[in-house]
Amino acid sequence: MPDARIERTRRWFFEQCGVGLGAIALGHLLGGTARAADPLAPKQPHFAPKARNVIFLFMAGAPSHLELFDHKPQLAKFDGTLPPADLLKGYRAAFINPNSKLLGPRFQFARYGRNGATISELLPHLAQIVDDIAIVKSLSTDAFNHAPGQLLMNTGSQQFGRPSMGAWVTYGLGSESRDLPAFVVFSSGKKGPSGGSSCWGSGFLPTVYQGVQFRGSGDPVLYLSNPPGVDETSQRDSLDTLRRLNEMRQGIVGDPEIATRINSFEMAFRMQTSAPELMDISKESPETLEMYGAKPGASSYANNCLLARRLVERGVRFVQLYHEAWDQHGNLVKDLKQNCADTDRASAALVRDLKQRGLLDDTLVVWGGEFGRTPMVQGGGDDGRDHHPNAFTMWFAGGGTKPGLLLGETDELGFNVTSDKIHVHDLHATILHLLGFDHTKLTYRFQGRDFRLTDVHGHVATKMLA
Amino acid sequence: MSRTGLVVAALLPFALPAQTADFVRDVQPLLASSCYGCHGAKAQMGGLRLDAKALAFAGGVAGKSIVPGDPDASPLYQRIAGTSDQARMPMGAKPLAPEQIALVRRWIEQGATWPDGIGAEVAEIRKHWAFVAPRRPELPAKQGSPIDRFVLAKLDREGLRPSPEADRTTLLRRLSLDLTGLPPTPGEVDAFLADRGPDAYERQVDRLLASPHYGERWARFWLDAARYADSDGFEKDKPRFVWFFRDWVIRALNRDLPYDQFIVEQIAGDLLPDATQDQLVATGFLRNSMINEEGGIDPEQFRMEAMFDRMDAIGKGVLGLTIQCAQCHNHKFDPLTQEEYYRMFAFLNNAHESTAAVYTPEQQRKRAELFARMREIEDGLKHRTPDWRERMAAWERQTRGDQPEWIFAKPEVDDISTGGQKYIPLKDGSFLAQGYAPTKHRVKMTLRTEMTGITAFRLELLNDPALPLGGPGRSIYGTSALTEFEVEAAPAADPEKKTKVKFVRATADINLPEAELLPIYRDKSDKRRVTGPIAYAIDGNEDTAWGIDAGPVLRNQPRKAVFNAESPVGFPGGTILTFYLSQRHGGYNSDDNQNHNLGRMRLSMTQAADAAADPLPADVRAILDVPAAQRTPAQEAAVFRHWRTTVPEWHDASEAIAGLWREHPDGASQLVLREREAMRETHLLTRGDFLQPARKVDPGVPAFLHALPETAPKNRLTFARWLVDRQSPTTARSLVNRVWQTYFGTGLVESAEDLGKQAAAPSHPELLDWLAVEFMENGWSLKKLHKHIAMSATYRQSSHVTPELLERDPYNRLLARGPRFRVDAEAVRDIALAASGLLNPAIGGPSVYAPAPEFLFLPPASYGPKTWNEAQGPDRYRRALYTFSFRSVPYPPLQAFDAPNGETSCVRRARSNTPLQALTTLNETVFVEAAQALAARAKREGGATDRDRLSYAFRLCVARPPSAAETDELLGLLARHDARSQDGWTAVARVLLNLDETITKE
Repeated sequence: MPDARIERTRRWFFEQCGVGLGAIALGHLLGGTARAADPLAPKQPHFAPKARNVIFLFMAGAPSHLELFDHKPQLAKFDGTLPPADLLKGYRAAFINPNSKLLGPRFQFARYGRNGATISELLPHLAQIVDDIAIVKSLSTDAFNHAPGQLLMNTGSQQFGRPSMGAWVTYGLGSESRDLPAFVVFSSGKKGPSGGSSCWGSGFLPTVYQGVQFRGSGDPVLYLSNPPGVDETSQRDSLDTLRRLNEMRQGIVGDPEIATRINSFEMAFRMQTSAPELMDISKESPETLEMYGAKPGASSYANNCLLARRLVERGVRFVQLYHEAWDQHGNLVKDLKQNCADTDRASAALVRDLKQRGLLDDTLVVWGGEFGRTPMVQGGGDDGRDHHPNAFTMWFAGGGTKPGLLLGETDELGFNVTSDKIHVHDLHATILHLLGFDHTKLTYRFQGRDFRLTDVHGHVATKMLA
Repeated sequence: MSRTGLVVAALLPFALPAQTADFVRDVQPLLASSCYGCHGAKAQMGGLRLDAKALAFAGGVAGKSIVPGDPDASPLYQRIAGTSDQARMPMGAKPLAPEQIALVRRWIEQGATWPDGIGAEVAEIRKHWAFVAPRRPELPAKQGSPIDRFVLAKLDREGLRPSPEADRTTLLRRLSLDLTGLPPTPGEVDAFLADRGPDAYERQVDRLLASPHYGERWARFWLDAARYADSDGFEKDKPRFVWFFRDWVIRALNRDLPYDQFIVEQIAGDLLPDATQDQLVATGFLRNSMINEEGGIDPEQFRMEAMFDRMDAIGKGVLGLTIQCAQCHNHKFDPLTQEEYYRMFAFLNNAHESTAAVYTPEQQRKRAELFARMREIEDGLKHRTPDWRERMAAWERQTRGDQPEWIFAKPEVDDISTGGQKYIPLKDGSFLAQGYAPTKHRVKMTLRTEMTGITAFRLELLNDPALPLGGPGRSIYGTSALTEFEVEAAPAADPEKKTKVKFVRATADINLPEAELLPIYRDKSDKRRVTGPIAYAIDGNEDTAWGIDAGPVLRNQPRKAVFNAESPVGFPGGTILTFYLSQRHGGYNSDDNQNHNLGRMRLSMTQAADAAADPLPADVRAILDVPAAQRTPAQEAAVFRHWRTTVPEWHDASEAIAGLWREHPDGASQLVLREREAMRETHLLTRGDFLQPARKVDPGVPAFLHALPETAPKNRLTFARWLVDRQSPTTARSLVNRVWQTYFGTGLVESAEDLGKQAAAPSHPELLDWLAVEFMENGWSLKKLHKHIAMSATYRQSSHVTPELLERDPYNRLLARGPRFRVDAEAVRDIALAASGLLNPAIGGPSVYAPAPEFLFLPPASYGPKTWNEAQGPDRYRRALYTFSFRSVPYPPLQAFDAPNGETSCVRRARSNTPLQALTTLNETVFVEAAQALAARAKREGGATDRDRLSYAFRLCVARPPSAAETDELLGLLARHDARSQDGWTAVARVLLNLDETITKE
């Protein structure tokens, strides 16, 4: 092990354990064995990072780019007509016959900010911060079903078994938080994500890198509360006894893993205090609560956005908020209104809040879903759109992305990307770049092969960088 | 050729005519800089090495690479020039410059002269060790068992000495955890300590290997590789029925089914002669793949995903090779071509994704008894009616040809109306329902026909191997409910002028009495929704439907219904017919198994007057056309079975048989494979994309492994037997390595999933080979393998470690000490249950819903609402192996301790050590209840004094008694709690269950 690494480990153990490990035990721990090294010890990326934290607002179900960002007057003009046949060559749709009539945008757009970004009437709060965000209209993906699409967006593969982006980042950077997990996940909306827990799984990486689900109400982390009848005195007393017994055993058997176990219990104990403290937003100022639309004690996307900021403040590297609500095969008008009412204010507030606290510079905020939606209508009543992988919009803020950027174009129907195409793999390469990683070098050997988030793909979208 | 010509033309500006290309001056430097990285001394991708003359001309797995004088026939040239349909070389780098390519071309044209003595002097590529079948190595001249001799020889070379044997208590706990996954009871420890016989330890090994819990513990080992889970995965992640497979694994291991047979039955049990239910159940191994039934999927895409998953599971789980790379391209490191991957794939690509009804041994006995009684009644009828054959023949004469002519309607399905379900048209004019299964929908189908005078429509419900239990419906029972059958007719000239066809009569070959829907179909409305006779399909009432659930087995027969129009249908000049099949008798939650849809259906039309549903089953009708003398006994029995129901005086006998059918057990269902009759074509898929099939491939195996027997038929059974051929270089090695890994924490080869060229060298190569050969020669007996390992002095060493040894060998690869590591997730929980006395040791059965927070199974934590009826009775404390496992919502207490979730085959678990684990053992419901139960047990059974009780509780957890210092610590904790009027014993028990030692194999 390199000296610097040993030193970090040593420091970490002294600081973190804060317990009287026997001299023999410590000798073992610091004897240069990889086994004793903490897999979550903070690590340096490949080069100086722009972003130190990521908050990924995952709009699961796939929001309509055509109603929110990618304004297409021509689509309105051709409303009710069939799309050009050559556009559909080789195109596969999930539900509809691709040769369905075009559906014009169902909402009004207006221009905002210095760059004159077109933003839907559904996003009045975001419209006020367009100068702080980078809007990219040229994302594209390979998958057009939800579970594979969400997996691809999160793990770089449509197949199960690969580590999620959060797991890769945690593997690459370690954790700065002593008493909270390094990678935290929230879920709100009507459903859980289609990809299930694999969206934040560690795949073939060690399991310490997987995302930990937090919950807005009840125990924020599973099994956080002591059982009935165990108060803090009893708990501390029990843990001290446990620690002394474990130390005795380590003195006899000499296994450094016991020291790690002791440490795990101490961190669990700290988490029992720090997690509820994190979740308690009642001490946030009324202005802050108002800005997000958050309510103490509630369980909502707005609360989760505020909690994301609080997590980042506490050294949590990667926070992901799933909001599953955007699969508008039907009820496009009503449901989009509702979804935007549920999320627009809080998403914009998060960016504002991070900015005013000086956290936006090194926190990358990502907003988007797994794909876009068809310019063609689904169902009768002109009120639905099917899944569409060819083009969709995401926005980014902070963490080294260019504020006020408008990047990428689609054709006049919003069907295909016509300039600055950014594939999901490119997005991953870019996010890793912002975090200080060469995406081709952040690898993990499994099954005789060096795997990476971007597999054999990915180019950094340099135009997105500030 | 023309393409090559073009390329050459493009190169012309750079070509320097008449110049000689010299190998040493021009070509070798070019090969060295661009090719040797992958085709040189270090790596020989595709088996090709270009730095040695003999090997360069010999070529790689794809054949010759250089044809002197003919560059266009030389793959070396084709691949660098990009003129072949294979990937251009150098792979993943910039193409060579045109002048460089021209040089190579000229060198080959001029005869590819390679002077002797130039380049590496290597005549053959040494085969990677794992690709040569293992041979029994010489035993080193050392004392002890063969295992110990290899280990000692290595320790000698390293200048290390083995550790002394562990104390007996530690040893028995280690052995119990390894062989059964459960800790020893204090009584078992005492008995072992009291047994001073020389073979006391061996008797313990034998006792534990004979324990039925051995099968449970090692089943989990195999279920990881088999990616076992109780749900489909992906978005819907519906519960599935595969626990019979899990129980089959347990029983197979308990009866020490030889590993080669164990594999053959799992890969191709259905193809064995006279396959038993067990052998069919075993094919669940392949069927454990996930199924995506989210709306809008292409079922073929996810069938292919499942095929890739099966290949991966066979690669990792059986062959110990990473083969999935070759899904998209030739393997970069091992000599496996993409074509060879698809040749193996072709063996698997010919099966139906089926489910079968399966029965417990008790149910099987009941079935046998019922069938015997039915046969008795039928034999009695025949016996009492000597002329039954003549009477049956008379009935046949009267029946044969009494059906009108039916014309198949082959309508088109309106995609919008399917509710997301795919209606796949089959060649016989029927539709097969696949993919997402809505619980309520009304499919619309349209057809233009020139037929006029249509008097009636027929709807056939057909069986299909892809349907649950063969269908004909799509419900988990293979049943369906037809809410309403409607037809509209319009003149082709004026399609908008539709009129509804009025039906005056409906007949069916099954008309059941009215019955309320089963609970799984309830839709949270307060309506009384029922199934019943066919009339319910034309009564205009959305709450009534035609049902076909006639009970076990009978519910899975094909059915038909005929609907008679009030007046003939059809316009001169063509008619547009629109059919609506309303299927609205499913439940509320389409993310669960609540659909009640038709599975496979076919529509037809007739002009005959008074058409009615044929009371004869289709197969009986078909047999009537076979001359009586040519019928098989089974065919004759089938005709008799139907005929007897038509004989008035036999009414009572037929009623008695119907009564026996009502006693037939329900059984369970199990995902299985069944071979298709017509061979599916397999193509190499470009970049693994099922939409880009390239050339067709035949079944076959990779050239670098052992050969297939030449005469064997090219089917899945042959492939299965090939996998476990004695000549397989990796199968036995891979298995013994994983068993070793389970005992010692790390395999002799660290990468258990990959013995290929990228694998680090084995720590003890001879030992690995010895174990592999011994295993095969011992009849592939796993129990004998376990005994070898467990009896070795290597295994029995103390796991205590000194700082020096830890420094020297942190991962214990040299085996100078015994293994010490945290037990697997399941054992963490089972130890708590066993120590506390809560454990319910029942073996097998449906998976159970252990305590878990309810919100996990509801949105927004879960995609859809999942059923999790937390067990309150004895199932609450079953072994962790039996916990129901939803792939998308892994059971948290097991997930925290690195249990895999069944998404992909796993042959090497991570072993983490995290605060979430601490929170789990401190606070999770079962652990809390275990602490309370352990406290009560200590007080109840542990003796009179606190000290005795403490010692007893301590032994229940870690087998050994506490030291004085440990006793003092715990008595102190007890006293301090008593002083605070807190529950001290539960606190003590909680600490004991959380000790590192409790959840560690020491």
